[in-house]
Amino acid sequence: MNEYTTTRHNELVDPSLHIWGWEIPVYLFIGGLVAGMMIVTGYFIFKGKYKDKACVCRVLPLLGMIILSAGMFALFLDLEHKLYTWRLYLTFKVASPMSWGAWILIVVYPAMIASFLVNVPEYFSNKFPWMDKISEKLQQHKYAVKNIGVVNMLLGGLLGIYTGVLLSALGARPLWNSPMLWLLFLVSGLSAASAFVHMVAKRVDERELLAKADNGFLILELFVIALFFIGMVTSTKVHIDSALVLLSGIYAPAFWVFVLALGIVIPLIIQLLAVDHKIKHTPVAPIMVIVGGLVLRFVIVYAGQYTRWVDAAF
Amino acid sequence: MARFGMVIDTKKCVGCMDCVVACKTENDVPEAFNRDWIVQDVRGKNPDLHMEIRTERCNHCDNSPCVYCCPTGASHVHDLGGIVLVTHDLCIGCKACLASCPYDARFINPDGYADKCTFCVHRVEKGLDPACVSVCPTHCMYFGDLDDPNSQVSKLLASRKNHSLIPEAGTKPQIFYLV
Repeated sequence: MNEYTTTRHNELVDPSLHIWGWEIPVYLFIGGLVAGMMIVTGYFIFKGKYKDKACVCRVLPLLGMIILSAGMFALFLDLEHKLYTWRLYLTFKVASPMSWGAWILIVVYPAMIASFLVNVPEYFSNKFPWMDKISEKLQQHKYAVKNIGVVNMLLGGLLGIYTGVLLSALGARPLWNSPMLWLLFLVSGLSAASAFVHMVAKRVDERELLAKADNGFLILELFVIALFFIGMVTSTKVHIDSALVLLSGIYAPAFWVFVLALGIVIPLIIQLLAVDHKIKHTPVAPIMVIVGGLVLRFVIVYAGQYTRWVDAAF
Repeated sequence: MARFGMVIDTKKCVGCMDCVVACKTENDVPEAFNRDWIVQDVRGKNPDLHMEIRTERCNHCDNSPCVYCCPTGASHVHDLGGIVLVTHDLCIGCKACLASCPYDARFINPDGYADKCTFCVHRVEKGLDPACVSVCPTHCMYFGDLDDPNSQVSKLLASRKNHSLIPEAGTKPQIFYLV
């Protein structure tokens, strides 16, 4: 037997850590989603698709900025010492993923604004003709536009990766302490973004392309999840116990049903049939993918806080 | 440079919680929160059981993840003996340090900043022992420079079997328990 009794009962810490509520999973999901949206936008701009007025890359930067701002607000709500938030921007701590994140969030906005200005949506160009002039000037410089696309893809990748590293750098929580987490969150973000773009794109060929891409990302996500668990169950006792929290413990129903079945496998089957023209494209599968991505962040954040090192020394 | 640490004799600790009360009084720790606490750890198979009573707190780790993960530099290592401290008006309350600590030694002060044991740095600066050490009625706690081979803590560690908490987490804790 091993009976452990403590007199400590600190709020948010005991009996198990529960410092991060809904705000952090929502923010991590939004970070991944917007990262994916930036990569898709960057790809379309790089490929020269922005010249088409119906290209989804004209509206994605603005949507991305609005959604990311909502995510940053959720992050702000989570802070306990809100009046001191500005302290984040007086320093850069190279060993702190959160410091990297704070600065990445600042850097992605100019990149998204630049991609927005490549071909300003009509609503804005009619209202603010100066925006249209900037677009015209930008489009005269083909390589500048291509570079805006590349920068959006790179910064989108960095944003998506950081959302995973933020957790995996916290070695005290064995479930998060996986080198696969950044890849899982990046691929899940790309998948959610593809599903989102699939729903908002006007052009049929873009919808088809994004549905096919989403299928690829969902299959890749299954592989990454498998590797995540292989890494866990072949590691130390605390890591094995952490994996079991998701596989057969209290977070297993949410993981198996909402993340794997409803969030990946079933929408993947629906979308495979849709791209094969056996059934029609509907928003059902993309919505399932997006909700599944959100639940994945909730499950990982909550289950990770539930896991801990136990003292085996004495 | 000195490297402050603590040695706790589990053969003498009776779990009276005097250290807990002393800490709360000395540091004005808010109600319902603790910077130090008592653990009763029972292991083995009946009737062959072994019980260890010990007082726990921040381990002021040499390789402190709470300092590395802090995005503002609020969590830092003090020049005086490597004590890990938090600058209150630099802390944004992001709670990354709480998540990074394998000992769950930190909490959020009701005023919004991350709070934890300071080894009573204000007393140590004056050459005094931390409050918890100075009040212990069984004299089971020792505080001193682990880098000085002639200090009482170093001598105890050299002469008695001891362990630290969760050494496998790799944080190099600076509190040791004599068994």
